Amino acid sequence: MDLPLIWAVLIAVAVMMYVVLDGMDLGVGMLSAFAEDDEERNMMSATIEPVWDGNETWLILGGGGLFAAFPLAYAVIMPAVYLPVLVMLAALIFRGVAFEFRHKAVRPPTRRFWNGAFYGGSLVAAFSQGLILGAFITGFETDGRNFAGGAFDWLSPFSLLTGVSVTIGYILLGACWLVLKTEGELQTKAKRFGLMALIAVSICFALVSLATLSIDPRVTERWGLSMTQFDFAKILPLSPVPLAGLVLTFWLARDLLRIGTPESGPEWRPYLLAIGIFLSGYVGLAISLFPWLVPFEFNLWQAAARDNALGLMLVGAAIMLPLILLYTAYVYSLFWGKVKPGDGYHA
Amino acid sequence: MEFDALLLSRIQFAFVVAFHILFPAFTIGLAAFLAVCEGLWLKTGHDVFKRLYLHWVKIFALAFAMGVVSGVVMSYQFGTNWSVFADKTGSVMGPLLGYEVLTAFFLEATFLGVMLFGWNRVGRTLHFVATCAVAIGTSLSAFWILAANSWMQTPAGFALDPETGTFYATDWIAVIFNPSFPSRYVHMMLAAFITTAAVILAAGAWQMLRGRSSQPTRWQTRMAVGTLAVLMPLQIWAGHWSGDVAHEHQPAKIAVLEGWCESKDIQGTVLLAWPADNECGHDVIEIPNTSPILFANAHGELKGMDAFAEDQRPPFWIVFWSFRFMVGAGLILLGLAFWGVWKWWRGTIDTPGLFHWLAVPSGSLGFIAVLTGWITAEVGRQPWTVYGHLTTAESVAPVSTGQVATSLLVFMVVYAIVFTAGAVYMARIATRGFEDDGAGPPADSRRAPGSPLGSVDEPAQVPGDIVAAE
Ligand code: HDD
Ligand code: HEM
Ligand code: HEM
Repeated sequence: MDLPLIWAVLIAVAVMMYVVLDGMDLGVGMLSAFAEDDEERNMMSATIEPVWDGNETWLILGGGGLFAAFPLAYAVIMPAVYLPVLVMLAALIFRGVAFEFRHKAVRPPTRRFWNGAFYGGSLVAAFSQGLILGAFITGFETDGRNFAGGAFDWLSPFSLLTGVSVTIGYILLGACWLVLKTEGELQTKAKRFGLMALIAVSICFALVSLATLSIDPRVTERWGLSMTQFDFAKILPLSPVPLAGLVLTFWLARDLLRIGTPESGPEWRPYLLAIGIFLSGYVGLAISLFPWLVPFEFNLWQAAARDNALGLMLVGAAIMLPLILLYTAYVYSLFWGKVKPGDGYHA
Repeated sequence: MEFDALLLSRIQFAFVVAFHILFPAFTIGLAAFLAVCEGLWLKTGHDVFKRLYLHWVKIFALAFAMGVVSGVVMSYQFGTNWSVFADKTGSVMGPLLGYEVLTAFFLEATFLGVMLFGWNRVGRTLHFVATCAVAIGTSLSAFWILAANSWMQTPAGFALDPETGTFYATDWIAVIFNPSFPSRYVHMMLAAFITTAAVILAAGAWQMLRGRSSQPTRWQTRMAVGTLAVLMPLQIWAGHWSGDVAHEHQPAKIAVLEGWCESKDIQGTVLLAWPADNECGHDVIEIPNTSPILFANAHGELKGMDAFAEDQRPPFWIVFWSFRFMVGAGLILLGLAFWGVWKWWRGTIDTPGLFHWLAVPSGSLGFIAVLTGWITAEVGRQPWTVYGHLTTAESVAPVSTGQVATSLLVFMVVYAIVFTAGAVYMARIATRGFEDDGAGPPADSRRAPGSPLGSVDEPAQVPGDIVAAE
């Protein structure tokens, strides 16, 4: 069994789970900046309060899994993105405690502070995750088994672009989630934000895709592209991925436009379609970078932990991951349905 | 001492982990307490247990949130600040942390949602199951992280790859159940229960002093006193066990922690000592010739600090004093617990008095003991991260001093804001007590149907008014 490959896939899945689940939380958090009053803000946060902690755990699995399965990659990447990780952690701290503290603050100024911590934390966390993604794609400089670059290597026009893209992408996810979980005025609002985010996301994803192609000749070659010619034998089998993204984008635009009208499709579909758009971008990225785990220094087999460690963890993952998915789905189903004013939890 | 990336990283690690451990120590115990309360309520139908549950679950929600956010920080520290350590030990430590995420973190984080928001959505039994899942999750989490930590203290079941210098496991059972793990797990779990009991006792005593004693107050005070009276003697035994294990595997730590200067066959117990040129203490207050009792399992000469070169043993004063703080805190709690039991037996435990005045500040003693205990164990491990195999100086990441200084500053500011606010909110709920629970909701917030509070605010504490899963 190719254990490193299996673990690379598992960690990729964990990160994807994080993106679609907590990305949605962060999106809702950012949108709460536009809430009219505390009641609306409470309804927004009530759509995610029972589940956000479980969602964030996928980030721990992504980070912890990287440490466990690819210690070398973890050891190179983390110091390389030291500052964005720091900022992300600080932002996640504020966002996480704000769920509770917002309801506990009695004086209006402190209440405003924690409301701000909620959307500000969500925004900064999303943006720094995008920066980290950009740094990852551009690659790292190493010396032996250590990172050898500078403190600001992660900062580039490209990483700023990915930062913006991830932020807007999360807003799209959050808006589609609100479409599913709310009704009336708030839902209409969410629909409008969703449409705006969708337009911005399409532009951003297109730009990121083009820019990624110029990062390294190996990436361009993988897609069968070069300055002078298309290699159709390479590009054709891969083309369903970007095409799917395109189709889903139009489908989502149509679905969102029809929300609240008699032709409206099922209200869970926009969220699912938004996930689909993310997925197509994610798979595209995986195609570009495979098998690099520390682009373009170590591949996933070089960075992997010992086989006996990977094997032991695989046993655990094979038993636990299905269980986790099962009870996560169960908890989501418990809280299924529209959030009503006054839902959630105040003290 | 130079403030380089190494020293700053050590300070930062100590800072963030010290904050983190305050919350697990409290939530592990509180989750178990909540499970017991809910279980008793289901079994006996007594309203008082429901009120206890609904009161403490609000504090639990706050503490848990702070435990989670400070924990996420921890799981990235290994990479950002100790990347060489991460690279070298990944094949051994990694799976332990991986199992922690898979078996514990998902369980507690997911069912926390049901516990806090499911009161009106699921049946009573199912809600109880969710509470138990969270409680079990916290204990499992402690199991794995302590296995990892204990392996660093007393590494076993591994070999070194000659090519890359990385550790790898040869025997997983030996890795997990390494020599110091059993005693450390028992000592830490007891510490968590004790910490929580001390807080609950302090809150109860405070209510009584303010003349706001109610039925749940009286119950929680008795439950806490009883728990402390049973667990404190056990904890002293467990601490003694930890000391025995440490003596066998880390004699330098024990020499420093006991304050033994010279190697001798029979040592005394140093109660107090004052610094003298950073060497051994002077003005020592000592009970002579105690080692045949306290270290009955040890044979031959007991090594003192003179048996270790200065750079091969941990810093004396930190370890020596933090150990005394822990033991001191433990002895005070023991005394308080016995006193409480005596008052209970005499029927005077509900009469506010000196006992209650002392119990209030003693609510912090569990936290103090946990912190100083960890400092004893961790600073006592220096200069090693993996004892005997990898030094702290070798473990550090190739990050610049400026970066670590920045992050340390950011963490200090963020933690100061967040944890001060959290402590204030928790204290507010705990001191408000049970009386407000029955009153109407505060003007600026409405009753929430889907929430635990919703039920607290429900018309009355009429016995039998219970839940209501529609
Ligand atoms: C003895 C117990 C104990 C110890 C020594 C530690 N932790 Fe912890 N940790 C817990 C006991 C715990 C817990 C009880 O499971 C927490 C506390 C409150 C909570 O929400 O879960 C938790 C939360 C928690 C979380 C968030 C989990 C979640 O989302 O539920 C992470 C990522 C970590 N911890 C990681 C660490 C790391 C990397 C540590 C070591 C350096 C560490 N913890 C020490
Ligand atoms: C949760 C309670 C804990 C506390 C309060 C604590 C405290 C400390 C302190 C004070 C130091 C600094 C020692 C020194 O540099 O002089 C330290 C070091 C260290 N601890 Fe812990 N620790 C805890 C748990 C853990 C756990 C569970 C792990 C690993 C799984 C761990 C890993 C480390 C590492 C890698 C260092 C080395 C870095 C350093 O020396 O600063 N600690 N810890
Ligand atoms: C009163 C008698 C006590 C004794 C003799 C004692 C002894 C010890 C010893 C020797 C260690 C170091 C173990 C090592 O380095 O491997 C330790 C650590 C520790 N102690 Fe205590 N202890 C006592 C009370 C307490 C109390 C009351 C608490 C908390 C409520 C506590 C919490 C801890 C913690 C959290 C650690 C670090 C984890 C560990 O290494 O086990 N201790 N204790």
